[in-house]
Amino acid sequence: MADTIIFQSKPAREAPIKTEGLVPWVKTNLFANWQSTVTTLVVGALLLYYVPQFINWAILTATTTTNADACRADGVGACWGVVKEKYRLIIFGRYPFEEQWRPLVATLLMVGLLVASCTRYFWSKWLIIGWVVVLSAFFILMYGSLFGYFDVFGLTKVTTDRWGGLPLTIMLATLSIVLCFPVAICVALGRRSNLPAIRTFCTIYVELIRGVPLISVLFMASFMFPLFMPQGVTVDVLIRVVVGVTLFAAAYMAEVIRGGLQAMPKGQTEAAASLGLSYWQTQFKIILPQALAMVVPGIMNNFIGLFKDTSLVYIVSLYELTGSLGLALNSDADWRPYKLEGYLFIVSIYFVFCFAMSRYSLWIEKQLNKSKLR
Amino acid sequence: MAVAPRTPPKKRDWSWRSQAFRGLLYQVIAVLLIGGVVWWLASNTAENMRIRGIKSGFDFLTQPAGFDIGESLFSFDSNNPYWKAFLVGIGNTLRVAIIGIILTTILGTMVGVGRFSRNGLVRGICYGYVELFRNVPVLLQLLMWYLIFTELLPDISEAKNIGPVFLSKGGLTYPGPVWESGHLWILGGLIAGAAAAWAYRRWATTQFEATGKLRSMFWVPLIIVLLAGAAGWVAGGMPNQWQIPTKGEFAIEGGSSLTPEFLAVLFGLVLYTAAFVAEVVRSGIQSVPRGQSEAAQALGLAKGQEMQKVLLPQALRVIIPPMTNQYLNLTKNSSLAVAIGYPDVVSISNTALNQTGRAVECIAIIMLVYLTTSLSTSFFMNWYNSKSAIKER
Amino acid sequence: MTTQTQDNIIVFDKVNKWYGNNFHVLRDIDLNVRRGERIVICGPSGSGKSTLIRCINRLEEHQEGRLVVDGTELSDDVKAIDKIRKEVGMVFQQFNLFPHLTVLENLTLSPMYVGKVPKKEAEEKAMVQLKRVRIAEQADKYPLQLSGGQQQRVAIARALCLTPKIMLFDEPTSALDPEMIKEVLDVMVAMADQGITMICVTHEMGFAKAVADRVIFMDQGQIVEQNTPNEFFNNPQTDRSKDFLSKILGH
Ligand SMILES: Nc1ncnc2c1ncn2[C@@H]1O[C@H](COP(=O)(O)OP(=O)(O)OP(=O)(O)O)[C@@H](O)[C@H]1O
Ligand SMILES: [Mg+2]
Repeated sequence: MADTIIFQSKPAREAPIKTEGLVPWVKTNLFANWQSTVTTLVVGALLLYYVPQFINWAILTATTTTNADACRADGVGACWGVVKEKYRLIIFGRYPFEEQWRPLVATLLMVGLLVASCTRYFWSKWLIIGWVVVLSAFFILMYGSLFGYFDVFGLTKVTTDRWGGLPLTIMLATLSIVLCFPVAICVALGRRSNLPAIRTFCTIYVELIRGVPLISVLFMASFMFPLFMPQGVTVDVLIRVVVGVTLFAAAYMAEVIRGGLQAMPKGQTEAAASLGLSYWQTQFKIILPQALAMVVPGIMNNFIGLFKDTSLVYIVSLYELTGSLGLALNSDADWRPYKLEGYLFIVSIYFVFCFAMSRYSLWIEKQLNKSKLR
Repeated sequence: MAVAPRTPPKKRDWSWRSQAFRGLLYQVIAVLLIGGVVWWLASNTAENMRIRGIKSGFDFLTQPAGFDIGESLFSFDSNNPYWKAFLVGIGNTLRVAIIGIILTTILGTMVGVGRFSRNGLVRGICYGYVELFRNVPVLLQLLMWYLIFTELLPDISEAKNIGPVFLSKGGLTYPGPVWESGHLWILGGLIAGAAAAWAYRRWATTQFEATGKLRSMFWVPLIIVLLAGAAGWVAGGMPNQWQIPTKGEFAIEGGSSLTPEFLAVLFGLVLYTAAFVAEVVRSGIQSVPRGQSEAAQALGLAKGQEMQKVLLPQALRVIIPPMTNQYLNLTKNSSLAVAIGYPDVVSISNTALNQTGRAVECIAIIMLVYLTTSLSTSFFMNWYNSKSAIKER
Repeated sequence: MTTQTQDNIIVFDKVNKWYGNNFHVLRDIDLNVRRGERIVICGPSGSGKSTLIRCINRLEEHQEGRLVVDGTELSDDVKAIDKIRKEVGMVFQQFNLFPHLTVLENLTLSPMYVGKVPKKEAEEKAMVQLKRVRIAEQADKYPLQLSGGQQQRVAIARALCLTPKIMLFDEPTSALDPEMIKEVLDVMVAMADQGITMICVTHEMGFAKAVADRVIFMDQGQIVEQNTPNEFFNNPQTDRSKDFLSKILGH
């Protein structure tokens, strides 16, 4: 018994070379070897040269006075006064000044529901009802009534030609993405149908739309649409554009959904068939709920794309953000020279929205992956 | 004992309740419905055009255009017919798209690879670039570049220059070669060199397979091509005349130049699309499992061989389809040039539409041009994908 | 013929099937299954076992010959297909539960939407079935939260919820770990005692011996041999079945 070797665990020691903390980080990330060191020095020098210049222009020597003459003085950098002076016009376009709380409330409602729609927790029948209510509320607030009804709230009418700015941008994107959904689902199912005529139609539709730029669809909506309608029927340009953008978005959305459908294992359809479910029951109860959940990130990316693409309606003379900036500055000789600052303002609006959305979509993607691993 | 293979009978029972019949019925209904809608739209259009006295047809293409075009690959004036104007537009679209695609690929790949750099500064800048540029609408970016190129740059008389390259509100002016027939020899030399390089690679491959001796498959062919090009230049009489721009009082004289419109479209498209290309490249690189690289190293492949034989072929399969999509997006986005007056096919059509009122025809031409490009690209891509797909069960 | 269709719930009469134009997967299949009979089908991989039983609820269509299930001839007729699918339950190798629905919802889906049974009643029936397969306590979980054996038992319960006359099993245990195989087979054995017609593709010889009235051996799209389990396993008639049995029993 005496010669039993007693095992003694050695105490843990600290690593001789530290890999965590600020100094090791700088060492491995900035000065790991001579190539890295040279890169760091060159890039760092460039940054040190340009960044202070930019800060100088954008902050240190910038003015925020709403007086264009102050901007013209020597040595003055960015002239943010232009934003201070014009922001209501840029954000709300030509919407009557005293009524601008209406687009504000309407837009907030819409954005709120949009966020909710992307969360699994809220997925139910109520969401569809919620959309109907919110869209009606949006139009009642913006227009003053809904197709002539509901003008009980005593709101003054504001015709669509005065709508503009950020609410218009958000409305165009949201409305198109919501409306394109039913179309996209049908087209996606149609492309996978085993009926050749229907499959061909859907394929042609998708390829046709995806082959042409949005601007040509918008041209169609504004120049050709009036010709399509029967004599005497006129359709508001806003509606025409929404129809155009919706049909455009539907083709892209259909492809995203089709991706989800294709990823569904065949066993799901077979199991549904063996239980006696019909085609539509199978699609709506079994296939689509799973396929759509799978492609939420794709749908979000589509939405971000659409949100940016709405800036194109400026070319067919609707005053969304980009257009309303032109509206605010082009005819004002005092402020016109400071358009760059105006651009930077709407760039930051777009950036905040799109960046937030892309982060959100990444987060959802992570959630999805987690639930797959469960 | 196996029964000799038979082929299935061709039969369909056409009862009212059969699936085949139902299928046919649904399709007939769909065709009638869609046909009906199309017919309704077409008849409305015909009726409207009759009432408003709008002429239709493509006969206007042979009439003189009556407008000038700022820049063109070939000479054009307002007496030339419309079809020639459209050709100018298509040429301009292709010019900006092709140059844009090349620059986007280079920039996007650099940024995408930069996201894996060991240098934290480079990684951070690449990340910032991607997030900044892809989250701002491309139209807005085009407009900003246009503003910068036309209003914030110095006047022509105070053009900034680096040597013989001038930058001002008038655009970018740089020395260009004086074209002579001798330059054709360079082209001939390059083609011959490419053929020779190809032959060399074939020979080197067979040699490698036969003897196991490795020869350079990149540098040697490159040198062959360059040498052949140089030989062509010598054979063509060594043309070396350059037009050097000089600053005059009101204009910069001589040299070749790019208009601010072209530059704005190019900058806008390239910087925007490169952000997406960078993401494509990044996810392509990430898609190759780590195990592949480890396996290649365990087999003793050199770093370059590992890249060329194992990692790149797999990453490229993932990269190429979305990359083509980005190229098509860039081409389609070049239509935004209409917003700043670069005479691409859309803005020429727009002008023609306003002058002649032939909305249907002009929009049809735009769509046709883009459709041809997109569809031919996607046919090619489908063929390429089916060829290069990894065969699985 | 009339007497035949009365005792025989399934009749294959010279059934032929092709995949595409040239691949003749079922060749002149003749098979009668009596009401309440329990049949085990075995045979080498690719011999057409799955295809055969999937023809019975028309997940696959045959091109030649007659296939009568419970008095209804299977053809292109949509009504016939709807009727058959209500009477035939199927259990798959890969379970094919619907992952976005809870266990209970998986079970009530078809009774509610196909059988038009009120929700409450459907849920009660579903709980009965879940008790039968001994996982009533998991009713509110999602399928992917269960083990493989539990999932397969849910799938069996789901198929039973339509109170089918015929149950088809396509290798129900071959995606499972050994100890889970037993829990699934136990459920199936218990079911066999209730008089439901069962057709089961499986290589579980113990199960076949314990339960089956008849074993069918298939090769190259044909029925090579059929016999009682005892006869088949102890005294196979053809060289092919001998060869096959020696392979699966060999280790
Ligand atoms: N949809 C299909 N299209 C073409 N061939 C098919 C299809 N499904 C099955 N086959 C082929 O038909 C043959 C029989 O398939 P089946 O699935 O019926 O075999 P099995 O006996 O069930 O085999 P296993 O034991 O591997 O499941 C196989 O050779 C298979 O490759
Ligand atoms: Mg099988």
